Amino acid sequence: MTGAFAETAAAPPLPYRVAQRRTDTPDTATIVLEPVGTALPPFTPGQFAMVYAFGVGDIPLSVSGIDGRRLTHTVRAVGAISGALHGVRPGQTVGVRGPFGTGWELSEEAGRDLLVVAGGIGLAPLRPLVRAALAELGRYGRLSVLIGARSPHELLYSDETAHWQAGARVLTTVDHPAPDWMGDVGVVTTLLDRAVFDPSTATAFVCGPEPMIRATADELVHRGVAPDRIRVSLERTMHCGTGHCGHCQLGPLLLCRDGPVVTWTRARPLLLIREL
Amino acid sequence: MTVVRHGFLGALTPAHRDRLLALAHDVSFPGGTRIFEEGGEADRFWIVGSGLVALDVHVPGRPEPVVETLGEGELVGWSWLFEPYRWHLGARTRTAVLAREFDARQVRGACEEDPAFGLAVTHCVAQVIARRLQATRTRLLDLYGPPPGHGGGT
Repeated sequence: MTGAFAETAAAPPLPYRVAQRRTDTPDTATIVLEPVGTALPPFTPGQFAMVYAFGVGDIPLSVSGIDGRRLTHTVRAVGAISGALHGVRPGQTVGVRGPFGTGWELSEEAGRDLLVVAGGIGLAPLRPLVRAALAELGRYGRLSVLIGARSPHELLYSDETAHWQAGARVLTTVDHPAPDWMGDVGVVTTLLDRAVFDPSTATAFVCGPEPMIRATADELVHRGVAPDRIRVSLERTMHCGTGHCGHCQLGPLLLCRDGPVVTWTRARPLLLIREL
Repeated sequence: MTVVRHGFLGALTPAHRDRLLALAHDVSFPGGTRIFEEGGEADRFWIVGSGLVALDVHVPGRPEPVVETLGEGELVGWSWLFEPYRWHLGARTRTAVLAREFDARQVRGACEEDPAFGLAVTHCVAQVIARRLQATRTRLLDLYGPPPGHGGGT
């Protein structure tokens, strides 16, 4: 371990104050954090932080927004630590380490069509990528954003994604529609026919539950997208965030260091091994 | 009307595609139109050119729940290919829809007359059924729901 990663890994958590909190869905909230003193090095879309609820523990949270020194995270309450972070209020302090892991590397994609496919809370790490692409639309080809969710009231960032329509083709589908839902119903891969992209040159960014990632990436390959041009964000139990403990090992990869964003070329053979 | 490359017709050879499309005519439906009722005679089918069609189920005493939507390039209806030729679901447009409409009896006749064409069309419909079955299985997993052992996570 060398250089900046070693420094990040060895550093203690820095105190960040909760500047804003917004309830997104019944079990999910988005919190905006600002440094109390020294700020962490800049994050890039796709990277994650270890966020510490004092006295409870820390968990990895992808950045769902990057605004100068401020970090935005979207957290779903599924256990003690995420429940504590979901429940924080403005003015409270949490500890943050990072940035960790690989990013989406959007800057390499100039001139290419961009296809973003998100399932459930998988939209959170993709949100800063979409924002970055929309901020420099002329730099890229066409942008399509396909979003799948369980139900209409579990859609994340609905107000914001409506505005994305101005610069992107945004399509949304749900598994369980409410009676007044007039949009699509079905799995997110069914939206691919209506996305605008040239499979021979496009780059895809996919995040969501692993079966959804597999189905989407396999369908994209079937349509002619090169596996090297499909980037997926994988999740395993991350603990130290520094590549030491091995909790997040996926075959030869330590996902907190070598991931979470990897190409489909790299991910697919590993996801087929049951023991991993 | 353009036809999407990866939709239903994308799996046919150009010759078979042309032959099938020769049996079609263009139709349009305003939003909110009931195209067919569950249990009705499956005497036609459609390929969506633009717009959105919702498949629904009749449940007594409540509005028909929508189980799936079909958009550009997708096949609306496969009950026309299999006896007893009755719709398994209902279909209603969600938006204005442009589509290619096919007479089921005419297409079945063409399939019987030319077994290679018939096999190709049946294969395409089977692919649609397989995709929708797989999608339904995926949705049964409730992937976006609370994780297993909810409460024991971090």
